[in-house]
Amino acid sequence: MADLTLVEAVNDALHCELERDSDVMVLGEDVGRAGGVFRATAGLRDRFGPDRCVDTPLAEAGILGSAVGLCMAGWRPVVEMQYDAFSYPCLDQLITHVGRYRWRTGGKLSFPLVVRMPYGGGVRAPELHDDSPETYYVHTPGVKVAIPSTPSDAKGILAAAIRDPDPVVVLEPKLHYRTLRGEVPAGEHVVPLGKARLAREGDDVTLVAYGSMVPLCEQAADALEDVSVEVLDIRTLKPLDEGALLASAAKTGRVVIVQEAPRVCGFAAELAAILAEKAILDLRGPVLRVTGYDVPYPYWQIEDAYMPSVERVAAAVRKLLDF
Amino acid sequence: MASTQALVPHGLTESDLLELYRRMVLLRCYDERSVVYHRQGRIGTYAIFWNHEAIQAGATFALGDDDWIFPSYRESAIGLVRGMPVETILQWWRGHPSGWWNPADWNVASIAVPIATHVPHAAGLAWGKKLRGESAVAMAFFGDGATSEGAFHEGVNLAAVMNAPAVFVCNNNQWAISTPLEAQTRAETLADKAVGYGIPGVRVDGLDVLAVYDAAREAVERARSGGGPTFIECVHYRAAPHATADDPRAYIDLARVEEERANECLARYENVLKELGVLDESGAAEARKEAEELMRAGITAAEAAPPPDPELVFTHAYVDPPGNMRNG
Repeated sequence: MADLTLVEAVNDALHCELERDSDVMVLGEDVGRAGGVFRATAGLRDRFGPDRCVDTPLAEAGILGSAVGLCMAGWRPVVEMQYDAFSYPCLDQLITHVGRYRWRTGGKLSFPLVVRMPYGGGVRAPELHDDSPETYYVHTPGVKVAIPSTPSDAKGILAAAIRDPDPVVVLEPKLHYRTLRGEVPAGEHVVPLGKARLAREGDDVTLVAYGSMVPLCEQAADALEDVSVEVLDIRTLKPLDEGALLASAAKTGRVVIVQEAPRVCGFAAELAAILAEKAILDLRGPVLRVTGYDVPYPYWQIEDAYMPSVERVAAAVRKLLDF
Repeated sequence: MASTQALVPHGLTESDLLELYRRMVLLRCYDERSVVYHRQGRIGTYAIFWNHEAIQAGATFALGDDDWIFPSYRESAIGLVRGMPVETILQWWRGHPSGWWNPADWNVASIAVPIATHVPHAAGLAWGKKLRGESAVAMAFFGDGATSEGAFHEGVNLAAVMNAPAVFVCNNNQWAISTPLEAQTRAETLADKAVGYGIPGVRVDGLDVLAVYDAAREAVERARSGGGPTFIECVHYRAAPHATADDPRAYIDLARVEEERANECLARYENVLKELGVLDESGAAEARKEAEELMRAGITAAEAAPPPDPELVFTHAYVDPPGNMRNG
């Protein structure tokens, strides 16, 4: 075990996986010489050489497109998108090719690539450094999506994504890159995709979240001293651990889903729909959502007014308890 | 025939010339029969490549078996030059899953339907092979319209920066459906774009199969010997509709089309071979007959295939599918 920040855990995972499998390579903007703008890839170029940790031209679609060709040549590319909102140009490749190419070869060729990126707000950054784009990725068939919330999971989920035979997008909560520390297993550490984590057990209400909203939900649980709050960390959006979601809903009968992304058609809506379809008789009140708003992510001096807060989460819990 | 002999690129034997001819005839026959099959309702909408055979056969003739071809939909039948069965390609156009092929079986990537997005794939494959110490070259085909796309720029630039062994073959037929070249670019030639990437850019007559081959041979040699990518602009004028769903009379210069048809690439190559004494009328007829028989057998096999199993909707989307994939 080592006490690591979340971004150090990401870096640790990359070192372990490049060491373990000589087909794994990292590519992206500033990942080599600089070691990444958040230092997620620091040390890889020195350790594994400039051919396995590659500084690319500034071309997000070209980077992901070339990763498709790298897969055809036998590589397992791990692509870094420098920021959440900088990844949008790569959606073209993701939707038109990454998620479909295996299908169009009748399953003959696989594309075991990973796209990882820092995501989310609260970091007092300029525009387009703050987005939560997970819905675009989860909505793409053929692509899996995971969002860890702890240093240990950041390492283990990235390792699982790299080993997975399908394309996986991993979003890392940049707000907690350096503000969260935790015990992380040394050496190879894999957290399987498709398994939720019960971050806190409780009886009265379930807060469902992933990524940077998990610590927020834990703070809300602390603030709700008189309520027994369960916090379910979804961890993998696709494949989804539906069993864990339904089990917690059955246990508490009350569910609040917390999501940083804008509300409309966000992943919280998918979770709410699953609960509506499969948990209706277990529920003692409506499934509530606490989310971002249907607006562009705001300038940082007013970003706190956008972000789901302990107060908003607590208010939703009270509303549900009063139902 | 000394002057005609001068047209033959160095190193091509008589049997090479005939093999090149056979491939052009097969591509031509595939295209002409496909238009008929479409009218008969036996295949779906089809992107016509009539008079593009010199580019497709000529450029790929410079490749070795380990080299990869990245076709756009205009080169849908290019696998024929590698021996891919006719019915596989017909099934692709029939929307039948047996039209899925394994790119690694033929070193022919899947047909790229979106414009230019396969250019970075070719760059990545070429770069990735080089990193593994393999000598494979990647050759990507795309049209003039593709050079306006961001993916073209990103792919060619990345290939150039990585010194990837790639050859970018631009089929400049001067039309992107109804958009003429002058509405596509202000550049005097598309080959000029290569300057910006620091790679050689050459222009060839897209109806002269030997010229296309020669340009490709030089590009492939350069790529293989570590000289990086080349951009080849093959110039002609689209003499057929964009696809079976298109009526170009609304926008195209019909007189120019007539000129182009009178100068079409297969008859032109046939004349060269006849002047060289390599081909006579019976040889030409035999090549056509062989191609027609392949097409007849191909469409028969395609139509005889059992209806696809609807389970195939789910089979190949993931290696390890999420549990809720089938929830609909």
